[in-house]
Amino acid sequence: MSSLPQSTQAAQKQTEMAEIRNYTMNFGPQHPAAHGVLRLILEMDGETIVRADPHIGLLHRATEKLAESKPYNQTVGYLDRLDYMSMMCNEHAYVRAIEQLLGIELPPRAQWIRTMFDELTRFSNHLLWIASCGLDLGAMSMFIYAFREREMIMDMYEAVSGARMHANYYRPGGVYRDLPESMPKYKETPWTKGKDLKRRNEWREGSLLDFIEAFAKDVSSKIDIYETLLTDNRIWKQRTVNIGIVSPERAVQMGFSGVMLRGSGIEWDLRKKQPYAMYDQVDFDIPVGVNGDCYDRYLLRVEEMRQSARIILQCVDWLRKNPGHVMLKNFKIAPPTREEMKDDMEALIHHFKLFTEGYCVPAGETYAAVEAPKGEFGCYLVSDGANKPFRLHFRAPGFPHLAGMDEMTQGHMLADVVAIICTLDLVFGEVDR
Amino acid sequence: MTDTPKTVSELFISRFGDSVTIGATQSGIMSLDIDVEHWLKVCRALRDEEDFSYEQLTDLCGVDYLGYGQSEWETEQASSEGYSRGVVGNLGPGRFDWADRPEADQVEQRFGIVAHLLSFKHNKRLRIQCFAPDEGMPIVPSLVEIWNSVNWYEREAFDLFGIVFEGHPDLRRILTDYGFTGHPFRKDFPLIGNVAVRYDSRKKRVVYEPVEIESRVLVPRVIRSDSRYKTDDVDLAADERAEELAANELASPEHTGSPETN
Repeated sequence: MSSLPQSTQAAQKQTEMAEIRNYTMNFGPQHPAAHGVLRLILEMDGETIVRADPHIGLLHRATEKLAESKPYNQTVGYLDRLDYMSMMCNEHAYVRAIEQLLGIELPPRAQWIRTMFDELTRFSNHLLWIASCGLDLGAMSMFIYAFREREMIMDMYEAVSGARMHANYYRPGGVYRDLPESMPKYKETPWTKGKDLKRRNEWREGSLLDFIEAFAKDVSSKIDIYETLLTDNRIWKQRTVNIGIVSPERAVQMGFSGVMLRGSGIEWDLRKKQPYAMYDQVDFDIPVGVNGDCYDRYLLRVEEMRQSARIILQCVDWLRKNPGHVMLKNFKIAPPTREEMKDDMEALIHHFKLFTEGYCVPAGETYAAVEAPKGEFGCYLVSDGANKPFRLHFRAPGFPHLAGMDEMTQGHMLADVVAIICTLDLVFGEVDR
Repeated sequence: MTDTPKTVSELFISRFGDSVTIGATQSGIMSLDIDVEHWLKVCRALRDEEDFSYEQLTDLCGVDYLGYGQSEWETEQASSEGYSRGVVGNLGPGRFDWADRPEADQVEQRFGIVAHLLSFKHNKRLRIQCFAPDEGMPIVPSLVEIWNSVNWYEREAFDLFGIVFEGHPDLRRILTDYGFTGHPFRKDFPLIGNVAVRYDSRKKRVVYEPVEIESRVLVPRVIRSDSRYKTDDVDLAADERAEELAANELASPEHTGSPETN
């Protein structure tokens, strides 16, 4: 062979190589950094993302359709399983929608308990976020530290509702029961005894409120530890600063809410702007970002944890001073207690009707939104006057955030996708519903 | 939230005239029914004009109004007719399987699109709604050019209700499985499946069988217009009794932590 055809061959081979430069990559659904079941189809140019196409729905359980076949109260439990990192905030949006249509007023103590548990939920969500995000970006110890504190909040959930995670605690008309007077304590085991046992039970001697207060007072020192580990950490900053920048205009246009919106410099928090529960009576600040990158969103979440602790302490203070009812005393909506049923025929009838049929909600439609840890969690409810919702739709904050994924990742490297996914703070229970 | 609802509704009427109908206001959010022909035009004005400036579309979903207001339990003349109060022939969600799914009657305005808008500037929300003109093949113009956030919401409404959004750049299914047929959130779509898949150890392969479980719902769908809201003497008496009990409970110190409720 002469040398000429050979060189043409080589040139041809090179152009072929150039043509197949863009390739597609499958990220997930079984990927530790996908935060659940996200399947991401990435079109790549070398290490650079050209297009990201998230495929969702692997956790779709048709919660909204299931709710149409059940009386209102039986759906509360499903709400915990939507965003399973911020259980009570989801319940809050749903029960608020029902309360709006029923036109009922809650006892103030119930509102304060809801405010407190919403903040505890925000705290626990952000703890889990900082833990898993740290893990994804190479800060393993964050995971251990944050889970240590999160366990306390799980204990609070358990003390008040009986379940560590899926609390099913909020009800239309209030909350299921009042805060308990005592906390369960650790028992002596071969591994926990003596001084260690005493240290573990130190906060648990009093009531739940004492426990929460001790936790909230102590926790800012714990947040300082997290910040020591991350805020000025060179690797952390290299992975997050200037990654996934969202301009304020785009954040609004793409339907972002919560930290994703505030990180881009828009001061918008439903707790301040459209207050619900007792948020207009507590004192707290809303941190706002400047650059709209992953690092700003990290700083915001850390600051939100500190603010949550502030709110929790104010709630504890109020709840200590003001005993009272935690459930509306209207037997048409809220069930009577066991004791009332034992000596009152009316109460027994009401109880029977409530648990066999439920209550009818007046025809109409409403939208109730709460500032969930991840953003605006809304509940759109259409009632035709029956004991079951006609149509229920949840506006999950993660859904538009993930929809903005394509735009946020374009031009970034593959490793940055992980950083962006984690600062979106996704949970597929709510994205897929 | 500075304007009273009255002036706001006047503003809408004076700006859009017949193309919109003002609906009820619930919890500070007004409903606006928009004619499907004017859907895009009105929405663009809602975003761009100073008086409205709804910069963000927070939520959009489809609604299937088939069977709205139908119940499965007779409540009007109950006491004289004993126990046979179940309404015959009307199957609510969860009570039929795929083979017996109800034939949708020609319902006018069956498929609706409901969106929630948010104005950061005025701190106000608005609910806008339009109906697809043809319920056999519901087509509505897409809002994706006006609010980009609507992209996935419209995909979801297409997936679950089969509403087609004209002008949507990428109208694929989003929540259901690859290769799924049907639109599961329609009211004539059964709640449970009709085929079960299992591994048969004798045949040594996966088999498909009809489901053995009967479709059933434990609580019938009931619409009551009476008794729930303080309308008659019985209710008021019950409420008084409840308040009395509440007062007693507060007075006695041993009942501060209320016992379990059910």
